[in-house]
Amino acid sequence: MNQQPPSHRDDAHGDGHGHHDPNLAHHFDTPRQQFDAAKVGMWVFLATEILMFGGLFCAYAVWRSNHPEVFLAAHHELSIPKGLINTILLITSSFTMAWAVRAAQLNQQRLMVILLSLTMAGGCGFLVVKYFEYEEKYDHRLWVGVGNLFNPAYEDAEADEQAEEDAQQQEQQAEPDGDVNGENAEAADADDENANDQDAEGAENEEAADEQQRGPPVIRFDDDAPDVVELDGPMWGTGPQGVREEVLEGERPRTERAPKPDIDALPAGVKEKRLHQFFQIYFLMTGLHTLHVIIGIGLILWITLRGAAGAFGPRYYTPVDLVGLYWHLVDLIWIFLFPLLYLIH
Amino acid sequence: MSHRPPPPHTDPHASPHEGEGHGGSHGDDDHHPHVVPLRLLVGVFVALLFLTWATVAIVEVDLGAFNVWAALLIAFAKAVLVALYFMHLRWDSPYNSLVLIAALLFVVLFLGITIVDTLQYQPRLDIWQTGN
Repeated sequence: MNQQPPSHRDDAHGDGHGHHDPNLAHHFDTPRQQFDAAKVGMWVFLATEILMFGGLFCAYAVWRSNHPEVFLAAHHELSIPKGLINTILLITSSFTMAWAVRAAQLNQQRLMVILLSLTMAGGCGFLVVKYFEYEEKYDHRLWVGVGNLFNPAYEDAEADEQAEEDAQQQEQQAEPDGDVNGENAEAADADDENANDQDAEGAENEEAADEQQRGPPVIRFDDDAPDVVELDGPMWGTGPQGVREEVLEGERPRTERAPKPDIDALPAGVKEKRLHQFFQIYFLMTGLHTLHVIIGIGLILWITLRGAAGAFGPRYYTPVDLVGLYWHLVDLIWIFLFPLLYLIH
Repeated sequence: MSHRPPPPHTDPHASPHEGEGHGGSHGDDDHHPHVVPLRLLVGVFVALLFLTWATVAIVEVDLGAFNVWAALLIAFAKAVLVALYFMHLRWDSPYNSLVLIAALLFVVLFLGITIVDTLQYQPRLDIWQTGN
């Protein structure tokens, strides 16, 4: 401890503490011991992160091993170019992060701040691409939960949404003097009905919209299965995925979004009703990963600001190193997600 | 890849004896970081980009059931590169690697037992669902 750290922070500690390293906690003997302890702690945290994602990878593996044809059919909806761009962005930002740690070790302050900023830019680029990917999924009605076309509950959700939109339209139309310009005579009828009962607007609209917005049948769930199959034992009472007890044969509401994916082009043997599970796994895994990217960007912003203020140097760069480890883990997880979700042969 | 001593630099605190190439596992009194050579970092970066290209290219090649294993193998190779060099495990205390390996072992255990289990009951589940 007879050498002063290069940073100016020592000046503030000139009182009574002698030559004590301001970054060395009292319960550590040496900076090295402190650094090693911090690093082990970070690795233990990363291990818990791996275990958390491990659960999702497990769900993935179970589904893929049981229904490989579903994964093969559904992954065509993912954009390989976008996934590839994101892979390259993350690998590049991982590289600049590792370089930033090196710059901190060598006291190259300016270079460190530049590299950390580049790392942040890479993360933000990842988020932008991810935004467009998710938007595309939304437009194609391959969204999460009941927003997914292949979800058996989709129809109801879509109808609800349509009813909401109609209600908004009607409110807007009702305002200027009740002047209803009827593209659709039925819509006008629904409007009149609801004008009487303003309090229970929502419920009425839903019903009205439900009736009027039914279009011609678009999808037919090919399901020759009997409605209920009796199996032995109590454990078969309710299946994990539930049974589609009625054949879905029906009309879907018309909407103005992008065209639906070509369901008829699905290879034979693919159960449409299982396809949405792929998208749930996709959204859960990439969503949790994207959350990590956002947190990582926040952490890098924090050390960039501290670094710009001169907090880090060869004697003390633990935060840079640990945030770097976190960022590399985010990269590691994406390295597995990309081929497993986007690249299915 | 061989470990090169760090290039000369102007900082007085990066000590002379770290150039001996043994990493950071000595010099306990003071904290002398092990500095990864820049050329090594660039090399790893280029290797990662190459493997990314490989993992995209291999999708076009029909390897049967081996396709998914090839993809996983490439991903694993990339992960090893990132962990060893970007995450510095190669020069760290082996304890850190042990933590990582233990986590991976438990994930494999978790996955393996679950897969074995699901393969046991999935055929019956399929029969139940399709009525065949």
